[in-house]
Formats: sequence, C-alpha cells, structure tokens
Amino acid sequence: MPKRSDIKSVLVIGSGPIVIGQACEFDYSGTQACRVLREEGIRVILVNSNPATIMTDPEFADATYVEPITPEVVEAIIAKERPDAVLATLGGQTALNCAISLHDNGVLEKYGCPLIGANVDAIQLGEDREKFKGVVERCGAESARSIICHSMDELLAGAADLGYPVVVRPSFTMGGLGSGFAYDEADLRRIGGQGLQYSPTTEVLLEESILGWKEYELEVMRDHADNVVVVCSIENLDPMGVHTGDSITVAPALTLTDREYQRLRDIGIAVIREVGVETGGCNIQFAVNPADGRIIVIEMNPRVSRSSALASKATGFPIAKIAAKMAIGYTLDEVPNDITRETPASFEPTLDYVVVKVPRFAFEKFPAADPTLTTTMKSVGEAMSIGRNFTEALQKALRSLEKKGASFHWDGELTKLHAERALEEAKVPTDGRIVLVQQALRGGCTVEEVHAATGIDPWFLDQIQLINDVAAMLAEADHLTPDLLRLVKRHGFSDAQVASIRRMPEAVVRGVRHALGVRPVYKTVDTCAAEFAATTPYHYSSYDEETEVAPRERPAVIILGSGPNRIGQGVEFDYSCVHASFALRDKGFDTVMVNCNPETVSTDYDTSSRLYFEPLTLEDVLEVIHAETQAGPVAGVIVQLGGQTPLGLAKALAAEGVPIVGTSPDAIHLAEDRGAFGQVLARAGLIAPKHGTAYSSDEALEVAREIGYPVLVRPSYVLGGRGMVIVYDDDSLVTYVEKATEASPDHPILIDRFLDDAIEIDVDALFDGEDMYLGGIMEHVEEAGIHSGDSSCTLPPATLGDGELERVRVATRKLAEGIGVRGLMNVQFALAQDILYVIEANPRASRTVPFVAKATGVPLAKAAARVMLGASVQELRDEGLLPRVGDGGSLPDHAPMSVKEAVLPFTRFRTKEGVAVDSLLGPEMRSTGEVMGIDLDFGSAFSKAQQGSGSALPRSGAVFVSVANRDKRAMLFPVKRLVDLGFTILATTGTAAVLRRNGIEATLVRKITERGDGDKGERSIVDLILDGTVQMVVNTPSGQDARADGYAIRAATTSADKPIITTIATLAAAVLGIEAQMTEEIRVKSLQDHARDLDLYGRGTSTTAAAASATAHSRAVPAEVGA
Amino acid sequence: MTTQTPLTVPARDGRPGRRREPAVLVLEDGRTFRGSSYGAVGQTVGEAVFSTGMTGYQETLTDPSYHRQVIVMTAPHVGNTGVNTEDDESTRIWAAGYVVRDPAIRSSSWRATRDLEDELADQGIVGVCEVDTRALTRHLRERGAMRVGLFSGDAAAHPVDELLDTVRTSPQMTGAALAAEVTTSEAYAVPAVGSARFTVAAIDLGIKAMTPQLMAQRGIEVHVLPATATIDDVLAVGEHGPDGVFFSNGPGDPATAEREVALLREVLDRRIPFFGICFGNQLLGRALGFGTYKLKYGHRGINQPVMDRTTGKVEVTAHNHGFAVDAPLDRESETAYGRVRVSHVCLNDDVVEGLECLDLPAYSVQYHPEAAAGPHDAAYLFDRFVELMTTRQTAHQTTEANA
Repeated sequence: MPKRSDIKSVLVIGSGPIVIGQACEFDYSGTQACRVLREEGIRVILVNSNPATIMTDPEFADATYVEPITPEVVEAIIAKERPDAVLATLGGQTALNCAISLHDNGVLEKYGCPLIGANVDAIQLGEDREKFKGVVERCGAESARSIICHSMDELLAGAADLGYPVVVRPSFTMGGLGSGFAYDEADLRRIGGQGLQYSPTTEVLLEESILGWKEYELEVMRDHADNVVVVCSIENLDPMGVHTGDSITVAPALTLTDREYQRLRDIGIAVIREVGVETGGCNIQFAVNPADGRIIVIEMNPRVSRSSALASKATGFPIAKIAAKMAIGYTLDEVPNDITRETPASFEPTLDYVVVKVPRFAFEKFPAADPTLTTTMKSVGEAMSIGRNFTEALQKALRSLEKKGASFHWDGELTKLHAERALEEAKVPTDGRIVLVQQALRGGCTVEEVHAATGIDPWFLDQIQLINDVAAMLAEADHLTPDLLRLVKRHGFSDAQVASIRRMPEAVVRGVRHALGVRPVYKTVDTCAAEFAATTPYHYSSYDEETEVAPRERPAVIILGSGPNRIGQGVEFDYSCVHASFALRDKGFDTVMVNCNPETVSTDYDTSSRLYFEPLTLEDVLEVIHAETQAGPVAGVIVQLGGQTPLGLAKALAAEGVPIVGTSPDAIHLAEDRGAFGQVLARAGLIAPKHGTAYSSDEALEVAREIGYPVLVRPSYVLGGRGMVIVYDDDSLVTYVEKATEASPDHPILIDRFLDDAIEIDVDALFDGEDMYLGGIMEHVEEAGIHSGDSSCTLPPATLGDGELERVRVATRKLAEGIGVRGLMNVQFALAQDILYVIEANPRASRTVPFVAKATGVPLAKAAARVMLGASVQELRDEGLLPRVGDGGSLPDHAPMSVKEAVLPFTRFRTKEGVAVDSLLGPEMRSTGEVMGIDLDFGSAFSKAQQGSGSALPRSGAVFVSVANRDKRAMLFPVKRLVDLGFTILATTGTAAVLRRNGIEATLVRKITERGDGDKGERSIVDLILDGTVQMVVNTPSGQDARADGYAIRAATTSADKPIITTIATLAAAVLGIEAQMTEEIRVKSLQDHARDLDLYGRGTSTTAAAASATAHSRAVPAEVGA
Repeated sequence: MTTQTPLTVPARDGRPGRRREPAVLVLEDGRTFRGSSYGAVGQTVGEAVFSTGMTGYQETLTDPSYHRQVIVMTAPHVGNTGVNTEDDESTRIWAAGYVVRDPAIRSSSWRATRDLEDELADQGIVGVCEVDTRALTRHLRERGAMRVGLFSGDAAAHPVDELLDTVRTSPQMTGAALAAEVTTSEAYAVPAVGSARFTVAAIDLGIKAMTPQLMAQRGIEVHVLPATATIDDVLAVGEHGPDGVFFSNGPGDPATAEREVALLREVLDRRIPFFGICFGNQLLGRALGFGTYKLKYGHRGINQPVMDRTTGKVEVTAHNHGFAVDAPLDRESETAYGRVRVSHVCLNDDVVEGLECLDLPAYSVQYHPEAAAGPHDAAYLFDRFVELMTTRQTAHQTTEANA
C-alpha cells in the first residue's frame, strides 16, 4: 500500500535535552524521520528544546520550534501550525509522555491531529506493566511474577509474597529511573519509596528476581499490513541485573541455538501484534534462564529506542527512517534497502561480523555516587565497534572508550591471590568489571569460577581467556613475525597493547608491523553478509585478506568525530562534524567520517560520503587515513570539530605527515600550552588571571601564596573541567595536588587566581587569517567559577554594554591572530572590576556552536568547515553563507533573547547510603545536556529554558531561602519580589532575621539539626522539602564548611525533584522568569521565523519583524490557546 | 609454498588445545585461501555454497540437501552452542566440507552434549577455519557457485596445481542425481501427535526431520518412503490410500529426476492432495511442464523475504536452493494439469518460490516452511496441506453419503 494521501503535515516531537537514558540516539532517529517526511513532500513541524541537536537545524523541518516539550507549549504549536498528524515514537519517553498527555487532555482530538506510529492504546499496553503482563500471557509466554503496588504497605506485603530479593520498577519513568534491587526490607523502604515518588502515577512494580539470567533484546518492525521483521538480536554480556544501557552488549546474539532464537522471535512478533503497534519499531527484552532455557519477557518499548539506534548502526538497517515511512503508510516491501538498493526492507539483516557496545560512565564526576550498576541506567554515553570476531570487536570497543584502564592489560606479575581478589571485586557489577574479569582469568581463575561469580556466559569468558592466551603467546615469542602479528591483530590487540606486552615503544611496534606488511583491511556493513552487492561505503577494519575500500577520484576530507558521549563532550560536537560533512559534500569533496559513537547522526551512513566505524586512537585513525590515501587524493583531515578527542591527536598526526586542515597543530599548541599562551596574551596586550604551574604540592603552595587564595586548580589538557576545583586554603590544595598528580603524573597542575563575582563571557568566532566573523557573544548567568558547560547563558548578552562588547571583540580578534586560528575558536573571558581577563581560548568548535547558530540563524559550523578548506570569510559573505555585513556579535536591537540552560543528572546518582549526590555547581562540569529558550525578553526566555530543562519555575507556593553571608544583601531585592508575586518565604534563623529586618516576612523553619520530637511544628526544612511543601529552594553555599550543611537540603530537593538555585545571580534570573511566566501567555516561534525576523542577512524581512515583535503579545498567540 | 604449522592456541583448563594443521581451500577458478584445519584433517571436494544464517549450524550440517556441498558460513562464530541430541535434521552430517572463520573453542548451552568440532572430526567432515569467509562469499557471489576442494594436513602440502586438478576433475552439481544417495533405505512411519486425522505418503528425497514432525503435530500420520517408491508403494499407504502425498527437499539437479517426476504425475493424475518443499517444488514444476535452472549462487539463509501472493503478506523464510523453477510471474499458465500460478515469489530477486495448481489440489514451495533452522513465518503452509486434505475428505464423505 502506498503513502497515505491524507497526511500533508506532521508534528514530530523530539526528546529534549540529553539526559542519562535518553541521549543523542533520538537526534539520530528524529533527524532521519524529518528527512524522510520532507522527501515525501510532507510539511514537517518539529518541537525539541535541545539546540545542540542536528534535527533542530532549520533545514531539517519546515517549522522548527526550539521550545519546551510540555503539553501546554506543544498545544500552542499545534494550535498555530495545525498539523494533520503527530509523530511521537521517535522522540523517546519524553515525546511519548507528552503525546499521551495531549491525548488525555483532548488536544489531539480538538485539533484533529491523531498520533501516527503507535496509537495511545498500544503505548499504554506496552508501558503499563500490569496490562503488558496480560499481553505476554495471551502470547503464550511468561512474565516474571510480579505485584503492582501503590503504597509502602502494598510494597512490604508484596515482597513478603515474592520473597527477597525483589526488583522494584516504578511505572512510566525513563531509562529505568528509580528502579533497583531490594535485598531486604530496608532496601525496599528506600528504593520503593523513591520509586513511588518518581512514578507519575505513584505506581511501582515488584517482581521476582531473575538476577543472573541471560539477557536478550530484539528489535522488531511492523507495517500496517502486518508484515513483521526482526532487525537485530542483541545479547547482553552482563547478565540480568544491570540495565541494558549500562551493559556490554553484543550483536548478533552469540550463545543461542536456532530453536531458542526462533522462540524469542516468535514471542517478539506475537507481542508486537498483541500490543497493536500498528507501524514502526519496537524493542523487546527477554531473560533466559541459563540452566533450562525458561524465557521471561521483561518489557517492550513501543517506540524507537537507544537499542534501535544501536541496532541500526549494527546492521545498516535504518530503523527510524523505515519507521517514519511505515507511519505515513508504506509497507516494508515497498521500501528499498538503502544499502543494496535492489532488495526490499522486508528482510532480516544478517551479520558476518560481531558488534560490541560498551557503556561510558562518568562516576569520576560524582565521587560520592555509588558506582554499583543496577537496573537504573547510569552511563552517559557508549562506544560501539565492529570486528570480524568477538575478540576483535570487544578490544576495539574498549579502546574506543578513550578511558585509561578501560582496555585489557597484562601489566606486572599476577598471582592467584590477586586474581581471586579481582574475582571477588567482579561479583559486583561496576564500570570496568570486564577488566577485572580479564585479570581474574589471567591470574588463573577458571572460566567456571568466573562464571559462578559474575553470571557472564562461559562462551564470552572463554573468548576473554583466548585474548589472554594470545597475549601470552605474544609475550613468549622470540620476535614479532607476520603470522604472530596477524594473529594478535585478529584478536583486536592495539599497537599500544602489543608495545606494552613486548616492552617497546608503540611507534616501533607500528613501524615493525608496517614493515612486515601487516595492515588492516576494511570490510563493509551491508545488511546481508555479502549476499548482495552493497552501494553504501560503511566500513570497519579487520585483519582479514580482502579490502573493500573503493578507489575514488574526488578529493577527500577526513573528519574525525568525537567518540562516545561523555560529560563535557556530547552531541554539540557531533553537530559540528555533521555540518562540516554536509557543507564540504556540497562543495564537491568526498567526506570521510571516522567515529565510534552509535548514537550519533555522524555515524549514519547517509551523512558522509564514507563512514568508518572505528576507534579514535592514533593507530586506528592512521590506518583509515592510509586506506583512504590509497583510494584517492586526500585534501586533509579535520580535527577541530570533534572536541578534545581529535584535537588531542593533531600533533601526532602531523608528525606522521598527515595534512591537518584549519588551525595547525603548532597553533593548537600555542593555545593549550600555558607558557606559549602567556606569550600570545602578552603580545596581544591581554591579561589572564594570575596563574602558575606546579608539579608538586610544595610548588603548588608557593604558587598559591604568590597569587593569593582562592585559586582554581586543575590538571592540564582537560575537557569539561575534569578534576577542576576552587581551593580556599593550603590544606585543601595539598590534598588536591596529591590526588591529581597520582592521576596523571605526566601533566602538571595549573593554578589560577579565582575571580570572585566576575561575569563570565563566552565567545565563538571564526577566523580565516585575515577576517574574523564573530559568531556570538554569550553572557553567563552564573558568575565565573561555575563551569561554562553548567552555566546558563544568554545571547545577546543580557547586561553587557556596547563598550564591553567591543572590548571582547577586539580581544577575540587579537587572540585569533596571535594563535593563528583557521576556523573556529572559543574564548572564555571574565569581567571583574571592569577588567577583561582571558580565561582560556580553544582553537576548536565548542559546545556552544549549535546554540549560537540557532540564536543567530547563521550556519556557523558549515562556514567553519569551508574556512578550514581555504575559503575566506569574505567569500562566504559574498556567497551568502555568512551575512553580508555585521555578525553575531552585534545583533539588532529588536533581537529576541536566547537562553541556554544546562541539564544536570543528579537524580540518577545516589550515595551508597541511598542519598542523592550533592547538586552544587562548581568548576567541574557535570551537566549531560542543554536546552534553549527563545523569547522577547530575558525573563521569558529563562523561564522557557527552565521548563525545557524539566525543572520549571514555580508559579506559587513556598520558597525556601538560605544564603551565604556575602549574598544576604544581594538576596533582598529578588526575595522581596517573590513575596510581592505571592510566594511564601521559608527561612532558617540567620536568613530569616535578615529578611525580617528588611521588612520581608518569612516563616521560620527548623534546620535539620533543630528537628524536634514533638508533633507540632517540629519538622525540619528537609522534611518540608521531601513532603512537597516547598516549591523551590534557594541555597547558596559559602566556603567549604557551609557546603556540608547545605548538602542535606540540596539532596532533599534533588529527591523531591524541585528546582534548586545555588547562586544569587540565578535567583535574580529566576525571579525575572517567574514574573514573566505569571504575566504572559505562551508565545511560540519557529527558528525559521526567528531568523527571518532577526534578518542578519539583510534580506529586508526585519521591518515586519520589528512590527511583529512589537505586537507579539497579541499576534503570536492564536486565539485558541488563550481561550 | 610454506607449510608452517599454524599458530595454535594452547591447552587450558586441563583440556587439550585443538590440533590445527595448515589447510588450503582451492576454488575451481584457481583462487585459493589459506587457513587452518577444522574438524577432520584430510581432503574433500564439493560445490562451494555460502549460507548466511547466523543460527542453526547443527540443522544446516545435518540437512541432506547439502549433500556434496561445501558450506561456507558467513557468520564468523560457529560452534558456540555445541551440538545436542535434539536439533539434528537427519542421522548424520551431509555437508561435504565446512568453512568457517572463527570456530568456538568452548560450547555453551544447557542443551549441548558435545563440541561441534568433535562431531565434525568423528564424522570425518573436513573443514577449514581462519579464512576470510567474506572475501570467499563475495567471490562466489560474483563468479557463481563452483567446485571447491579443502585440503588440510599432508593434503595441503601438495602443489596448488595438483590440488586444482583434483577440484576440476570432481563431479559437477549440474546434472547430478543425488536423491538415491540420501534417501532412507527403509520406509518408516512418524505417528501423529494425538489422534491421526490423515495419512500422508512422504517421498524422502533428502527429508529433514522437522517436516514429518510438523505434519505429525497437525494430526498427520506420516509414512516416509524411499526415493525409489513406486505409485503402488504410495497407494499402499493408509487404509484407502494416502490422504495426501508429500515430496521433500533434497540435493541435486531436478532435471535428472525423471523417475520422481513420473511418480508425481501419477499422483496428480489421481488428484491426491500434493504438497512439495524445495526439491519437491522443482519436481512439481517439471511435472507441470516448466523448466528448472541453476541459480548463479543460490539462496541459502534464513532471512529471505517471500511474498505470499495470495495474501500479499511478506514472510521471512529459510532458503536452501541452488536451482529454481522457470515459470511466468505475471500470469497464470495453462498446463497439462490445468491452470497454474506462481503463488510465492522471493522479493530479493523475483525467483519463483511457490506454485499452486488452480484446478488440482496441489501446491509447493521452494523454501522451507519447516524452518529448522529459520523463522516460523511460513508454518501456515502445513495448515494449507491439512485444509486440502480436509476438503477432499469432506468431498469424499459427501460423495459416499450421496452414493
């Protein structure tokens, strides 16, 4: 059946900010969906609050709304755009929940825009655990025995019935939030109590434990003619008990016979039919008892998921793209398989390789958090690798993590005692357990022992043992022969591992290997195990015989991606890589993408001319470059766009004679090396906060005394402020240095004077050697000292004057010249006592590039790629890619305000005692994602950003205020305003006294230490927060000691999922936001209209824009919304 | 030529390491691949075919249709779940040789009774491992199925020219009549599960164990007859002759099966409900007057999309065929047995995957509804057989009642 003719426009709901459990895989799926729908001539309306996504680029939809994904806002968009249908199955749980609200509120019916893809009944059948159990039963399969509970009493009774341990699963939360194992009643009270809170329906499922069973997933697709295919099977190496997002997973399933696999397939198909997913993809998870094969259906997601993104990359079958086609009426047999072109999509991919996905965690950012892996997802990213066998794929995946200690090693002698200790440790699943397993096996523990301890299938353990055996052969060999090197390489060993085992430099290993002619070949992911010819060059390396890299004639540009998502390096960098690829393809280059992150758009085989799914280590990148150099001319390699990962390779690549385009490695060094950068600053007449470098604690103390406390300390060469803290005294400094030096002995500690009360300014600029294009100047809401990635910021700057902006512009230009930037540069300034300090300059694409591009309507990343390949800013202006005159640093007076807000993952992390980790912001970045709010003024835009980030500002109720002494004066005006706006203020003694003296009424509440035993008025502030009495918490900490006091308050606020404000500057912003949202109606505006009204390109659209903005209150909101 | 002993992974956990000898794979067009021995050491020749299934190696190896074929597995890891006592499709391994990339060192499955490699060695199946199976598959895809020799141990030490001669002088698949080599020597019966509603004569041209099992589950008592069965043998099945006749899958060139085709015509003449699978489909095609031809490299895998043209639905199916029926897709054909249509077609390449007689109770499919290995999407075809026989029974009863 062909395309439905009744759908002319579709509203696609995105997934919002990147959070743990919902990352950029939904950007990948959403981008695919938008492309497909537009190719089909359908008007696409998109809503997604996340500016860092590629899907929210204006070119992917007809109307792109970077607005909060809340039912109210989406209703306003529907009212304005009147779409024929709503597609919510590609935007994760966020989109699905929003769609269900819109259905329940009657909005979809009111505007006649039904859901396509899954319908509401199917979504509820899939998500409601009790109903789903019925589905499974009707399909003749089994669920784990379970009991639905709505209260603590029911939980306790249920556990008594099922017997401990029990699994606790809150309903309708994403990424398994709030779920976990309860081994006893205390566990149950804690986890179950939280679960009831997290569930929007106060519903928790208690389940029999199937801990240690084998875990599998199937990705299933169905069309409306009831054709069903299983796209991919995925096997979890970590058995049941670890969230699949936190497990090492393997595709295809490797330890099932056909009978068992077909049984899973039969059940999967029966379930998708019974649930009634009319079209699209869904994911079904199974547990299989390793002792007897009993199968339990765990859950099913009636939507595209993280696993489906992984399955798409693992098989070459683009699930989201096909799902979008199914949603508008096509059947599977009508859609061609992109890769073979000749065969239809109604087949099941077959793999002649093994795919391994490994999670990347960020526990180092949350030292207080319990690192035990449970059914609540905690990883922040993942790397995938492809090999011709499991050992090769596993070792490639581990090195793709770019994390010290993540790869297998054979350092030192290992006694049986050590091995047994490693085995004991490996019983508890944690980040890095796989290495403990490898060490245990290496030290003499048997596969049986390790299996008993970890539940990992013996086949996988045997393969890890095989890796150890190969390492032993390598260690014992007299010399490196071609056969030996080939054997070692076939099992995935890196040159670095070989070097370490053979005790020789990595470069020598590589030299020997090349001299012996041992190089990888590149195979193709083709969906069909070579049964049909593939047209899509989606490659992976292997030490096999025959390469499939085709010769080419056009010059190639190789773009190095950013690897697995981590805090500090996320989708923003993928955005820049993808844009570079698009821009350069348009200009006649063949673009070659190298990346290993399965969640991204960059690893979609459609994005670049060629895709290499490879780790981003020097070795792997050099081999790709070699293969491409053999295939045809290479114009250059781009290292500037993928963040610190490729930038870190620049010097070594250049040393190997690789042509780096854009800013040269020498110039990069000028920016990154403290001494060299100091000279750049001196020549430019710019100043940095006083600073010094130290290699020991004595040196550090000396430096600190010279420049004065407080100081900001950090290891050199870091991204995302890793290991960065503000230190106030000698003792803390010594402690820090000792810890940090241990972590990275090669790199010194950098010590900077910390500027109190400074305004932080972020700049993205493009420089061609002569001309600069200033992308945008952002003013941070939080004062300097909070990592820029965790700060909210505004563009245009909310409070800076023309004179200050001019100083920033001049300084940026001097830096670009001094460093020798060709392409993008990001500079962070601090303005304190009217002095402009340069904090740092990074000659690469920054986290803020997509935000700037959207706020100003200028494709900054595309322009950057062109500049790197030799175009001048003037040429790009003439071409119309950049505005003919002016730039993002001088926006017109009528420009609306764009606010970027960070989204933080504190609710995900608990201490071993089960308390939320501290939510205090600092110089170390901890946010996972960001949202953007655009509106006429700062308050409204800030309010939108807060809504989008999931912690909407309150409209009424009680606000608890507890501020540091130095903030007491500054708090008065905003707190007074809150009272005027009708809020009740709660405060503890000190703050309450100050408020009272200034005529602001505050209700006195007890500190936690003042909690009484009586039954009247005895409850502490923590109790009030936990029971939901408090709608917002303001808690600014002072010095190191008060931080501990405030922790209980902040942890309670995190648990209660209420907004928390930890700086006085944010309080002021929040008050503006609260006021704006109380007095104004919802205004929505598409990015396309935004850019048109802004009219940086001088196309004459701004006259209407000025008028429109003047009357926006009445005009921008359709009558229906107000009504 | 080097005959250096391959690097072998040492023994561990008290188990001996696998003995690996140098091995060479020689294709009839002269391309060679070097690897290591797997299973039995020695030499074997056969037709090189590749199979793309990721599961079900035990079923595949014991499928008689692979007689005289050397199977190249595109899935890199083979042997992970060992072998068990339940999944054999016949009493022995039929494949002439086995080519894999990464054989399992250790089996892991609660049903496994032993390692695949031991089974291969004990049954004398010569295999080669550690070769670039993808390169080999691509070669076969581009050049077509061809003869291949696997040589390991001492056999691998001979000059390639000699080995190539051995390959080139081995028999071709085209023109090969192999049913007699794989069929049962004695007739046997598979009792129905529950009460027997029908009796079927199944001609064993290389039948897989799952086929009579699936029939038995539907209340059919299956009498499996040797390929040499005559029409009298067939008619002797059941009290009043069989309710239906089935022709199984099997190896070889259908063009050589004149005797079997003649038998099938006798069945059609008597309007006995007929169902054929794979080779059985090719024989129905020939009995109806269509030609058969050899595909360039065949269909072997468990992921093939077939459209059931009756319902318009797509099923994912198990395939194992090197030959196909040449019948028009776009129209019904007039044959000696009335109108015939192509009922099923492979969506990958439009190859005929099923035939249906419109004026006779006879149909067949080229692929494997019995799966084993493979998806169960096409199991409904066994229900159709039951329906055909039910219709005939009802018609008989009606006739008898009227008489």
